[in-house]
Amino acid sequence: MIPADTDLRDTGLAPIGAGRTLVIACGALAREIIALIDMNGLTHLTLTCLPAILHNDPRKIPQAIENAVYKHKEDYDEILIAYGDCGTGGQLQSLCDRLGVTMIDAPHCYAFFDGTKTFAQRGEVTSFYLTDFLARQFDAFVWEPLGLARYPDLRDAYFGNYETLVYLAQTENADLTAKARDAAERLGLGFERRYTSFGDLEPFLTTGSGS
Amino acid sequence: MSDEENDLVLADLDDGELVEQMMDDLYDGMKPEIEEAVGILLERKWTPYDILTKALVSGMQIVGDDFRDGILFVPEVLRAAQAMKGGMSILKPLLIETGAPKMGKMVIGTVKGDIHDIGKNLVAMMMEGAGFEIIDLGINTEASEYIETAEREGADIIGMSALLTTTMPYMKTVIENLKDQGLRDKYIVLCGGAPLNEEFGRAIGADAYCDDAAIAVETAKRMIQERLNPA
Repeated sequence: MIPADTDLRDTGLAPIGAGRTLVIACGALAREIIALIDMNGLTHLTLTCLPAILHNDPRKIPQAIENAVYKHKEDYDEILIAYGDCGTGGQLQSLCDRLGVTMIDAPHCYAFFDGTKTFAQRGEVTSFYLTDFLARQFDAFVWEPLGLARYPDLRDAYFGNYETLVYLAQTENADLTAKARDAAERLGLGFERRYTSFGDLEPFLTTGSGS
Repeated sequence: MSDEENDLVLADLDDGELVEQMMDDLYDGMKPEIEEAVGILLERKWTPYDILTKALVSGMQIVGDDFRDGILFVPEVLRAAQAMKGGMSILKPLLIETGAPKMGKMVIGTVKGDIHDIGKNLVAMMMEGAGFEIIDLGINTEASEYIETAEREGADIIGMSALLTTTMPYMKTVIENLKDQGLRDKYIVLCGGAPLNEEFGRAIGADAYCDDAAIAVETAKRMIQERLNPA
């Protein structure tokens, strides 16, 4: 069963699966991780998610992950953290080192979907990114928290230095592409769609290695 | 907003009421009202410096405090900043003419690879409001731009901002460049940005990490004073 986006955004996901390795993931990755588990027969994995909305205040992410690790660690043999740094300024890596758990060695999901090395090499300073999840949840993660519905005149203060919205697509989905294109228009940006599939998320889950 | 507020005529308010109203209008991000009130106070022979400090900066400090306390959020702070900017654009040429007190000179920019400038712009505006002369290098700033500008302009402070985990290490590059050129101790180096913290500021060798614009102003004032009056 695919969890609802609103649940993944606001409350997360209770553990699903019977595997002895627990993946603690961002809610924004739930659908992709469930798909990878199914595609690759990764029955050794159990998935739980934290609310994706934590990304709107990244300082809360390390504490939320620490709480989740302590909550679940006695019940599993191994724990994987399906997060990049996600704006924590290295705090999440320090936490994972201290707790002895593995996270994804990437600055954020845009990087590991695109392929972390490739993403860095592109050096796209003026690009703003969406994934499948964020294309679906654009209003909740971008439009509303930035106050653009109430104050459309703030758009250029936020996005005036950007040039292109790059939609990093995990799936071939015309509806999501249309949503992403619409988001680009609303932000006054150019549009590029880049099909990434699951990028470095797949080897992270299949090998349990962060890099 | 009530009808009574809609009918408010700023010019009918006495000075105290007008300043109080300006703080409310700043809080609500009402740029045209702020610009009008600044004009009224100038007509009443207020000095540009008094308008800046007693109305705009004081009002913006309330906005900053409420942001820190989680009462206001980024959109409201941005709106308030735009309103203050409207008032400052009237006052700025007059402040130069009337010779307002100078606290020091700061070169500020968002570091190389980073285009996020909301925090940097807020700091620049509040520093300017506090009497610092600001040279804003904008976004995507190379180490050489910071250093050459600071040298050429005789700056006291170099301020660096970053929003990305991938760009914040560049602050260390700037500081290492300063060291290589024997210039590190010549400048107060301040850093700020959402993913940073005090530990990072210490690790890269900055003089201070500033959590928000108000703290940047306080820190800059204190450090300038310490340089002028060493213990």
